[in-house]
Amino acid sequence: MPLKEVAKFSVSQLQVLDEHGQLDEKLDPRLSAADAVRLYEAMSLGREVDQRLVRLQRQGRMGTCPPCTGHEAAVCAPALAMTDRDWFVGYYRELGARLMRGDSLEQSLHFWHGHEEGNVQQQPGRTLPVTAIVGAQVPHAVGIAYAMKYRREQDSAVVSFFGDGATSQGDVHEAMNFAAVWQVPVVFICVNNQWAISHPREQQTRSETIAQKAIAYGFEGLQVDGNDPLGMYLATDRALQRAREGGGPTLIEALTYRLLMHTTADDPRRYRSDAEVERWWKRDPLPRMRRYLEGRALWGEAQQEALQERMRQQIDAAVNAAEQAGGWRPDVLFDHVYGTPDPEIEAQRRSFLGSLPRAGAVDGHGA
Amino acid sequence: MAPKLTMVEAINLALRQEMERDDRVVLLGEDIGINEGVFRVTAGLHTAFGAERVIDTPLAESGIVGTAIGMALAGLRPVIEIQFAGFVFLGFGQLEGHAARYRSRTLGQWTVPLVLRMPYGAGIRAHEHHSESREATLAGVPGLKVVIPSGPRSARALLAAAIRDPDPVIFMEPAQLYRAFREEVPEEPEVGVLGRAHVERTGSDVTLVSWGAMMLPSRRAADLLAREDGVQVELIDVQSIAPLDTATIVESVARTGRCVIVQESPRSFSLASEIVARINDQVLLQLEAPVQRVSGYDVVTPFFQRERLYMPNEARIIAAVGQALAD
Repeated sequence: MPLKEVAKFSVSQLQVLDEHGQLDEKLDPRLSAADAVRLYEAMSLGREVDQRLVRLQRQGRMGTCPPCTGHEAAVCAPALAMTDRDWFVGYYRELGARLMRGDSLEQSLHFWHGHEEGNVQQQPGRTLPVTAIVGAQVPHAVGIAYAMKYRREQDSAVVSFFGDGATSQGDVHEAMNFAAVWQVPVVFICVNNQWAISHPREQQTRSETIAQKAIAYGFEGLQVDGNDPLGMYLATDRALQRAREGGGPTLIEALTYRLLMHTTADDPRRYRSDAEVERWWKRDPLPRMRRYLEGRALWGEAQQEALQERMRQQIDAAVNAAEQAGGWRPDVLFDHVYGTPDPEIEAQRRSFLGSLPRAGAVDGHGA
Repeated sequence: MAPKLTMVEAINLALRQEMERDDRVVLLGEDIGINEGVFRVTAGLHTAFGAERVIDTPLAESGIVGTAIGMALAGLRPVIEIQFAGFVFLGFGQLEGHAARYRSRTLGQWTVPLVLRMPYGAGIRAHEHHSESREATLAGVPGLKVVIPSGPRSARALLAAAIRDPDPVIFMEPAQLYRAFREEVPEEPEVGVLGRAHVERTGSDVTLVSWGAMMLPSRRAADLLAREDGVQVELIDVQSIAPLDTATIVESVARTGRCVIVQESPRSFSLASEIVARINDQVLLQLEAPVQRVSGYDVVTPFFQRERLYMPNEARIIAAVGQALAD
């Protein structure tokens, strides 16, 4: 039976700055000195806060939280490529990027400590809050992108982050299919960190890459070294440009690794080897970015020490403020079930307040 | 005189008028554009407003609800059509996990003002997954509003209110009533009030509570009871399943001392069960008899050869009223 080839595809990988700090000059996005430093500082702050969150959790001063260590290039570089007009639709492992988007550190601490108040942004912008159902936020991003196109907003697009595990969810498939059919301005960034809790990527999908899934939907998919901040910046910048020009969606697979546990309640030694983790620590995006800055004479030991001190003060201040905050009304949730008053909910509020042992008993920060 | 419309035509009128009034209103669903919907509810809208506002989506309910959530977050007013009620559960995760919760989990900073309309209920000889009455399942989700009209005029007014409401509203259209009768519907827009029951007929002997398609046999039963037995029925059309207008119901029951609730859905864990509980909470001592429930059974909605046997009818309602009056 003679077979005719009807389609042919390939998947490319992009790397601009390799793990030894070597730069591919032809691909260099030529970040300004200010942007390059901003990116490194944001990645560093993400890492530093992450380490502190894990320690606070171990001390019983913080709720369960999902460390972002290792993801800094994959999430902060796209945030640098975005403007305030772009929408950031994330999941839960983009701390450094969310801080770049204007989330305050204190608010983030409230959130991970289990207070709804942590979701209330000081300056409501275009950053959606953390969501826990993996993949569920991706159709939201596509709907937002539809609204951008509907309003003829040519200066804005949507960036949606999700993990490799989320690509098994029907919602991610449905979202990408809708985005392609509608040709809306959305950039999908799959942070492929190799592990969906204990499931390795190979047990999540038999696709050789995640980037190639885009081909099936009819748009471009690109694999990027997710520990390469310049590669991630370049890929996101190009995809955003295409989106804003009406060129539709792009899928970026950020090939990276979750260096720590899934959450502070997880023990990754049950399912993966120390040797594997060691190999990935050698590709850590932070020293790579620092070497790049040093190569451009933008950074040195003095700047590093000053940054460490600045971050320590900033984080200490936020932790202190968060731990001293409180006095929030226990019945605030009754305010926000509906946007209109409901007598039944008001009756239940009165009953709830009447049932409290004493005022203020449940609004503190007890562990 | 105002034109006499079917419920399908009245819903179409509401959609058209709301789209004319507010260009943030967009419709999305399967086969709603060129095909104008399998029940023709969206007739003429694709022609009038174009493919950008009357969006034919790929076949994927979670995708439809999920993208509509994004549209609402970004300031549009999406109105979803789910082709048949049995398919809504493919989008339930998005409704329950996100549409219903954005307001609470951000303490009001982000809200999802969308409407999800769908035909529901038996009586149109459709096949499996086309005939369910699962209003209690949806109403049991904090943050969702659930509305069910019982006639063309209320359908138009309540849908207009749903589209203007700040919350996600599930608008369940009794498929059996789509073309069952016509009613005068004024041309000028009428906007109903969500969260309010309607006392359709006043009476002093017994309170009969129902909604949606079950208002038809309830009306007929009330007529028959008045004509043949001299029983004065107070008939309440609930209209708003969530939030539920408890005050109107208990005030009536406090006067009549007797109550019968008629619903198409399965009996257990249902709206009828909830109404009984609220009556017990508030006016138990004014009751002269136990509250009666006339309902579907706790079985999967049958295929259409058995649907008439499953659904409440006048005879069962009259028997339940007799029981309530006898005690």
